[in-house]
Amino acid sequence: MFKRITFLPLTIVFAVSVLFAIYLWQIGPGGKDISTLPSAMIDKPVPEFDLAPIEGRKLGLKSGDLKSGLSLVNVWASWCPPCRVEHPFLMELAEKGVTIYGINYRDKPADALRFLRNLGDPYKRIGADTTGRVSIEWGIYGYPETFLVDQTGRIRYRHVGPISSEVIENVFDSLMEKISKK
Amino acid sequence: MTPEIGHYAAALALVFSMAQGVIPLWGAHKNNPLLMNVAVVTARFQFILVLLAFICLILSFVASDFSVALVAQNSHTLKPLIYKISGVWGNHEGSMLLWILILAFFGLLVGEFGNNLPPSLRARVLSIQGLIGAGFIAFLLFTSNPFIRLDPPPLQGSGLNPLLQDPGLAFHPPFLYLGYVGFSMAFSFAIAALIEGRVDPAWARWVRPWTLVAWTSLTIGIALGSWWAYYELGWGGWWFWDPVENASFLPWLLGTALLHSALVLEKRDTLKSWTILLSILAFGASLLGTFLVRSGVLTSVHTFATDPERGVFILLLFLIVLGGGLLLYAIRAQSLKVGGLFAPISREGALILNNLFLATSFAVVLLGTLYPLLLDAFGAGKVSVGAPFFNATFVPLMVPLLIACPIGAKMAWKRGDLSGALSRLKAAFAASLVVIIFSMLLDENRSLLAAGSLGIAAWLMIGITLDFLEKIGLPKRSAGEVFRRFVNLPRSVWGAATAHFALGVMVAGITVSSVWQVERIQIMRPGDKVEIGGYTVLFEGAGQVDGPNYTALQGSFSVFRGTDKVTVLLPEKRSYPAENSSTTEAAIHTNLYSDLYIVLGDTDQKGGWATRIYFNPLVPWIWVGAILMAAGGAVSLTDRRLRVGAPRRAVHTENSAIPQEH
Amino acid sequence: MKTVIFLLFFLVTPALAIQPDEILEDKVLEERARVISKELRCLVCQNQSIDDSDAPLAKDLRVLVRERLQAGESDEKVIEFVADRYGDFVLLRPPVKASTLTLWISPIVILIVGVIFLLMRFRKQEKNMPVKVPPLSSEETKKLEAALGEDKR
Repeated sequence: MFKRITFLPLTIVFAVSVLFAIYLWQIGPGGKDISTLPSAMIDKPVPEFDLAPIEGRKLGLKSGDLKSGLSLVNVWASWCPPCRVEHPFLMELAEKGVTIYGINYRDKPADALRFLRNLGDPYKRIGADTTGRVSIEWGIYGYPETFLVDQTGRIRYRHVGPISSEVIENVFDSLMEKISKK
Repeated sequence: MTPEIGHYAAALALVFSMAQGVIPLWGAHKNNPLLMNVAVVTARFQFILVLLAFICLILSFVASDFSVALVAQNSHTLKPLIYKISGVWGNHEGSMLLWILILAFFGLLVGEFGNNLPPSLRARVLSIQGLIGAGFIAFLLFTSNPFIRLDPPPLQGSGLNPLLQDPGLAFHPPFLYLGYVGFSMAFSFAIAALIEGRVDPAWARWVRPWTLVAWTSLTIGIALGSWWAYYELGWGGWWFWDPVENASFLPWLLGTALLHSALVLEKRDTLKSWTILLSILAFGASLLGTFLVRSGVLTSVHTFATDPERGVFILLLFLIVLGGGLLLYAIRAQSLKVGGLFAPISREGALILNNLFLATSFAVVLLGTLYPLLLDAFGAGKVSVGAPFFNATFVPLMVPLLIACPIGAKMAWKRGDLSGALSRLKAAFAASLVVIIFSMLLDENRSLLAAGSLGIAAWLMIGITLDFLEKIGLPKRSAGEVFRRFVNLPRSVWGAATAHFALGVMVAGITVSSVWQVERIQIMRPGDKVEIGGYTVLFEGAGQVDGPNYTALQGSFSVFRGTDKVTVLLPEKRSYPAENSSTTEAAIHTNLYSDLYIVLGDTDQKGGWATRIYFNPLVPWIWVGAILMAAGGAVSLTDRRLRVGAPRRAVHTENSAIPQEH
Repeated sequence: MKTVIFLLFFLVTPALAIQPDEILEDKVLEERARVISKELRCLVCQNQSIDDSDAPLAKDLRVLVRERLQAGESDEKVIEFVADRYGDFVLLRPPVKASTLTLWISPIVILIVGVIFLLMRFRKQEKNMPVKVPPLSSEETKKLEAALGEDKR
């Protein structure tokens, strides 16, 4: 057995190299983004929360609001550049009739209102998370993030980063169709 | 014109390295001295050409020639000259060129000073070096060319990350690379020995200086990086078990194991296969680190080389070099003559124990570093393996190693006397018990862990000192005799004693600084005082100062001990407009026993400033320990038996090696 | 360079970490909060604990940890609360479960395998060496040392 053992290091190095190759391929062009984390909240009910509206608006957001039908919950802030990038797509979705709720993360009310005035308002309701506490309840780590919540108030999907037409076509459309069929 | 000359020189160096990789190997096979000697010439030319390329790149940086893409991305006209130069290796392409330069330099050294080696061994070693060089020069030219031009050139460069504009960091990479690349020598010697089928004490002695150079440089490199993290990052931490840090620590662990196992091979003509394996793996670990950092597998958004082509290329290099080496090992190691017998209770037994623990801790750090990647590749979820894991696994593995160290040093080769060694260490044992009891009594938290590890530090320092005194004949011998021994003691004994003593210094520094650190975080207004570690720190105020390429908010703190003014500390928050980022410059007052460490935070806009003041007892010992450790390596390097020309295979017989030490 | 690159990208803003206004009056609770903070990873800065980071999310988490401690929760509960929302990734000490079992048991397994391997090697060698030479007794050593005198040492 001491003769065969000299092959052990080679075997290990070979196995590790194969693993690296697989991983390089996985994260290669068009592959997965290794900095994106899966949400720990998938298939869990939305957390309990009750947020006041942005100062100067009427409707706030609480967990009960999310149980009345399929919806998207978008976390945004006026100071976050990618949020501006994704905003037209949110507008598009809202025009198509998708219910979108907003959580406005650590924003100045005046800035947030100006943002909506200039770029349009796709949100049915917006809760102002001034302390960041509710964002923690949702397990949010990057801005923007968009959650898909089903009619029973369960989180079904999370997208980190700005949504784009590809994300809508490839992910949200099919998911929403699948969930609403049930 | 300059970058084109550099580019051309690098391309020509590739041709020479390929010639060096093939011709001498063939010559050694055919036993043709002419072909074998080609290696010396090609090594010389390869070095000159790579040096020329490197100088060209430096000139482009110094001249701020922004038509060179790399200069435009990493430099700025306002940058001080030293950082223009260190900017050469503050990026992927330039640092690869430095890597290759050092590789070529080692090749040159073997060619010019390797006259004591048998011609065939030298030819083969240089050939392997040539092949490695060819791989990396090709990598540089085809995926990471530093000489690419921009058209049209930008008017100004985008600057170098301010965190890198620091004297500590200017020299951190060159030392690290001396270490990584230095292990390529052990690798090449191992491959050459496998080809020749001959591993003996003479071989061990030929490799030793190279391993010592690599290990010493790597020790300095890691220490510089950790020292820099300590003063630059602003919260007094100095080691974070980050994957990128681990990447430099892995070859160090194997290199340390190799230094010890090669001793057994040298003195006892045994442990051949294992020593060869370590020689191959130490360089393999260096290559692994290169792959991890430059391929983007660790953190794709943040790493250096987001180009997947590079990742694939390095992986291929890794597989060819390490896989090829290990394949040869797998086939040939079986035919190595099993060496002499050894008893478990002996110097060699202790060294094997040392290797067991070092190899295990290597495996643990490796697994911890790769585990998140492994799980992610299998789609089994995302986990973090951070400092708490390594502290829970690596540290316990170090405890037996450190305890055994002075005992092992006291053992004789072949047949040691455990109870004899222990009885001669009685004083050290008693002293460390006293240290443990005292620290238990003085520490309000009664931390057994802290007391125990201080005890280990004392055990190491005193045990090693006792052993050293005994070796020079104290206290039994006459003064003249002691002096004679003191002078005549082999340098390697000096080196080993220094390095092992340094280990104790380091353990003490690590323990005391992490357990008894005092921290004060508060808002201070001008005139406010903070009492810490026997100092009174008076905040005088803060204002703006201008540097060459930055502006800074500078706080002024007067430090008193009693009523005596000790010093004025000026921590800064710098902002670099060209790079659009900022750094924190902690201000530190050190007296070699403790650091007073002050960081200036943000203002509350009402005249108050957030300040963090630390009293870090014994933290300087961590770096004093590292310096001593490296010094031990350097002293060992001057040992007579390693001198050029001294060891000749024909001259010595198997046993002549043994009495040299002890 | 390795260290450089890591710090370069993850700590782009030098951290000031914990701020004066976050610190709790209660020293025992604050100490517990610090310990917990060192176990939780700052998600946006990749390789720091929330104790070391000045990212806004890290600050929010530090405040949350302190609030829950003040509400009387145990350390484990607080960590669990965060892990429930952010997943295992937030834990710098990976939890022991099926997928991390290999990681946790490997140190001891590797060590044991190493010891067994050495023992087997040694026994094999003993078999080949029929005559056992007992080590010198301390008296013999002394005699030997005296005989060898100055030359040897």
